[in-house]
Amino acid sequence: MAHYHQFDALVVGAGGAGLMAALYASKSVKTAVISKLYPTRSHTGAAQGGISAALGNIEQDKWEWHAYDTIKGGDFLCDQDAVDILCKDAIDAVIDLEHMGLPFDRTPDGKISQRRFGGHTNNETKQAVQRACHAADRTGHMILQTLYQNCIKNDVKFFDEFQMIDIIMDGNKCNGIVAVELSTGETHVFHSKATMLATGGFGKMWKITSNAHSLTGDGPAILLRRNLPLEDMEFYQFHPTGVYRMGILLSEAARGEGAVFINGKGERFMEHYMPTLKDLAPRDICSRCIYQEVQSGRGIDGKDFVYLDFRPEHINKWFEADGNPKRIDAHYLETRLPDIIEFARVYLGVDPITDPVPIQPTAHYAMGGIPTNNNAQVLADESGNLVEGLYSAGEAACVSVHGANRLGTNSLVDLVVFGKRGGIAMAEYAKNASFHPINKETVHQYSEDSLNAIRNSKGTERPAAIRKELQVMMDEKVGVYRTGAGLRQALEIITDLQARFKNLKIDDRGMKWNTDVSEAWELGCLLDLAEVTAAAALWREESRGGHYREDFPNRDDKKFLNHSIVWKNGKIEIKMKPVRITRHQPVERKY
Amino acid sequence: MKLHLKIKRFNPEHDKKPWWGEYDLDVEPGDRILDALHEVKWTLDGTLALRRSCAHGVCGSDAMRINGRNRLACKCLIKDEIKNGQIVIEPILGMRVLKDMIVDMDPFFAHYRSIMPFLVNDTPLPANGRERLQSPEDRQRFDDSTKCILCACCTTSCPSFWARGEYIGPAAIVQAHRFIFDSRDQAAQERLEILSDVDGVWRCRTAFNCTESCPRDIKVTKTIGEVKEALRTGVIA
Repeated sequence: MAHYHQFDALVVGAGGAGLMAALYASKSVKTAVISKLYPTRSHTGAAQGGISAALGNIEQDKWEWHAYDTIKGGDFLCDQDAVDILCKDAIDAVIDLEHMGLPFDRTPDGKISQRRFGGHTNNETKQAVQRACHAADRTGHMILQTLYQNCIKNDVKFFDEFQMIDIIMDGNKCNGIVAVELSTGETHVFHSKATMLATGGFGKMWKITSNAHSLTGDGPAILLRRNLPLEDMEFYQFHPTGVYRMGILLSEAARGEGAVFINGKGERFMEHYMPTLKDLAPRDICSRCIYQEVQSGRGIDGKDFVYLDFRPEHINKWFEADGNPKRIDAHYLETRLPDIIEFARVYLGVDPITDPVPIQPTAHYAMGGIPTNNNAQVLADESGNLVEGLYSAGEAACVSVHGANRLGTNSLVDLVVFGKRGGIAMAEYAKNASFHPINKETVHQYSEDSLNAIRNSKGTERPAAIRKELQVMMDEKVGVYRTGAGLRQALEIITDLQARFKNLKIDDRGMKWNTDVSEAWELGCLLDLAEVTAAAALWREESRGGHYREDFPNRDDKKFLNHSIVWKNGKIEIKMKPVRITRHQPVERKY
Repeated sequence: MKLHLKIKRFNPEHDKKPWWGEYDLDVEPGDRILDALHEVKWTLDGTLALRRSCAHGVCGSDAMRINGRNRLACKCLIKDEIKNGQIVIEPILGMRVLKDMIVDMDPFFAHYRSIMPFLVNDTPLPANGRERLQSPEDRQRFDDSTKCILCACCTTSCPSFWARGEYIGPAAIVQAHRFIFDSRDQAAQERLEILSDVDGVWRCRTAFNCTESCPRDIKVTKTIGEVKEALRTGVIA
C-alpha cells in the first residue's frame, strides 16, 4: 500500500526553476516540492559566472539587444516571442532576487555589478557588453541559496530525497506523480491538480561533462515512456572550458574578465576565427574552434587540449592589444573568480595566476527537452495541444528560448523567468480546478514493478559498465562533431545497451537507501534519452548551433528552420514544428 | 597506484553494528576519493551507499571522515590522503547513521532553519523599482559566510556538538552571520537572541576543528567569534 498525499500544486525538482515555481505557486495554493536531493544540492548551485539582465548599471544596454544576442546565439532556432519575454522579464527577475536577499557583487555606487560574457553585445558597436550580474563566480550557488531561504520563509512543504518514478496520466490530463522515498524504499502517490517537472538536465549520458551525477533526465525520460514527445533533443551544448579529462566547468566569466584561449603554438587562435568577439564568441563556436586546433595538430604538445590563459600579465597584454584601458592584477582575479581558480589548483595542481590551465570542451547543457508554451505548460504535440495540468521549466524544458545554442548566463535567466511564470500559471489553474479522481489502489503499481524488476534482477551486466560504455560512445559519436555514419552506429550501440540493460547484475536487494537500484533506474532514463538524442541528430541533416554534421556542414533554413518533436512509442517518430519568428530574419552568424 | 580502502559499513537491514569493509583498488593518484568509492560501488559491491552529486565540491553532499578528518570526498585527491597505501573512510560523527556514509541530516537542517535563514527587511522597496543599494564594503563584510554549502563538515567535527547534539553548531552560526552582518537585513537582534540560548553560540569552545574542516575555507571560528562579540557588546560592526 502506497502512502498518499494531496496538493494543489506539485513541483518535482528543487533547483532554481522548481524553487521559483514553488515560491510563486505557494503564495495562493497548497504546494509541495519533491526532490531526489536535499534542495541545496541541486545543480543550479554549480552555476558560476552570472545571470544576464539589461540593467545598464555599468554601460548602456537594452533588453532588445539581449534578445537579439540570444536569438543570434541560438542560430535563429529560438522562438522569438519567448525570447522577448526572457530578456524583458530578466530585469525584474534579477531585481526580485536582490530584494529576496541575493548578495550580488556591487558597483562603487552600490548597484548590482555586471561583467562581460560570451555573445552578449552592444548591438550598435558589436563589442562585448557588461550584462552578467554576478556574485563572485558562485552566482548559481547564491540563487539556489536565496530561493531555498525564501521557500523556508514562506513555509513551502518539502519532500527531500524522494525520487519520481512515474507521472499519473488519465488521457491527456496529468494528476500527479508516483515517487519512492529513498530512505525507506516505500512508494508515495502525490495527487495534484497541477504538476511541474523541473528535474534539470541529462549530461550524464556523456563521459566528459560538467554535470552532476544526479543529472539523468528523469522528467523527460518519464514523459517519453508515457508517449509524450520531447523537443530539439539534437541540440546539446558542449562548453569550451572544462577541466582537462574531468570536465569540471571553468566559467566563461574567466574570458569575460579577460582570459584567452592559447594553442600549442602559443597563439590566441580565436582571433583567426571570430575577429570581433574573439574569445567571447558563443560556446558552440569556441568548442568547434578548439577541436579544429586539435585536429590540425595545434593542441598543447600535439595533444587533445588547449590552454585557458588567465595569468594577469597576459590578460593585461591582451587588453592592451585590444585597446581596452582596463588593467587587472592577481588580487582582482582571486576576488572575481575564486572558485574556478581553486578548482584548477585542487584538481589539476595548476595555479592559474602563474600558469595556463589545460581545458577541453565538456558536455554542459540541454537546449532541448520537454516542449512548453510561454507559460511553462507542457505541449502534447507539434501543433501546440496542451497536456492538462502538466508544466515544466528550467533545463528540463524547451520553451524554446535557447534555440540551437544557449548563451552563457541565460540558463539562470530561464530558471527564474519561466519558473515564476509556471508557478503563477499552476496556481491560477489549481484555484479553478478540482482534483481529478485517481485509482489509489493501482496507480503506483507500474512504479513498484519497475523498481522491483531491477531490485530482483539476477543477470550479469553491471549498470556502471553499461553506463560507462554509453558515455564513452556518446563522447565519440554524438559530441561536438557528428556524422550520419557515426550516428547510425550510435543508435545500434544504444539498442544493444538497452538489451543488456534487461540483464542487470544488482547487489543490493534491500529497500532502505538502495542506491544500487536507483542508479540503475536512472541509467534506464539515460539510455532512452541518448536514443532520441542520436535519432534527432541523425534526422537533422544540417549544421546549426550546437549540432554540427560534418556531412552537412551548412545551415539549411529552407528545410530545417524548424524544431524537432520526437516520440519514442515502440519506435522513434520525428515531426517538425516551425520556429516562431517575429522581428529578426535569419542571417549568417558572424562575430 | 594500489590503494587499500577501509570503509566503515552499516546496513540497517542486515547489521546489528558497523563493520569494516576492506577493498583493494588500482587507482590514479590524481583521482578523487569519491572516484575510489565509486570504483568500489560500481565494480565490487553495489550495496555501498553514499550521497554525492556535483563531484567538485560545491553541492555539499559527500561530507565524510577521511583518515579521521571531515572532508568532501569529491574535493580531496587520493595522492594527498593515502598513507602507507591506505585510506580510512567513516561517516561524519554525531549524526545517526542510516546506511554506510548516509547519516540523518534532518537535525542539522532543523538547526539551520531555526536561525531565520532569510533576509528580513520590511522597509518599502526603492520607488524606482530597482535594487536596494549596498556599498562594496558592506557587501564584503559578510562575503565569507555566503560561501557555505551546508555540507556539515564543520558541525560534525565540533567536540561541543559531539558532546551535545542540541548545540546549534557552527554551520547554523555561519548562516546566521551571513544575515546579521548584511547591511540590508533588519532581524539581527532576533537572530542574536536565538543564538544566546543555552544551546547557542556560547557552547563554542574555539577548538578550531570547524575552520580546519571547512571545504570552502570559511574562517568559521572567526565568524562565530564575531557573533559572540556582537552579543557581548550589542554592536554589529
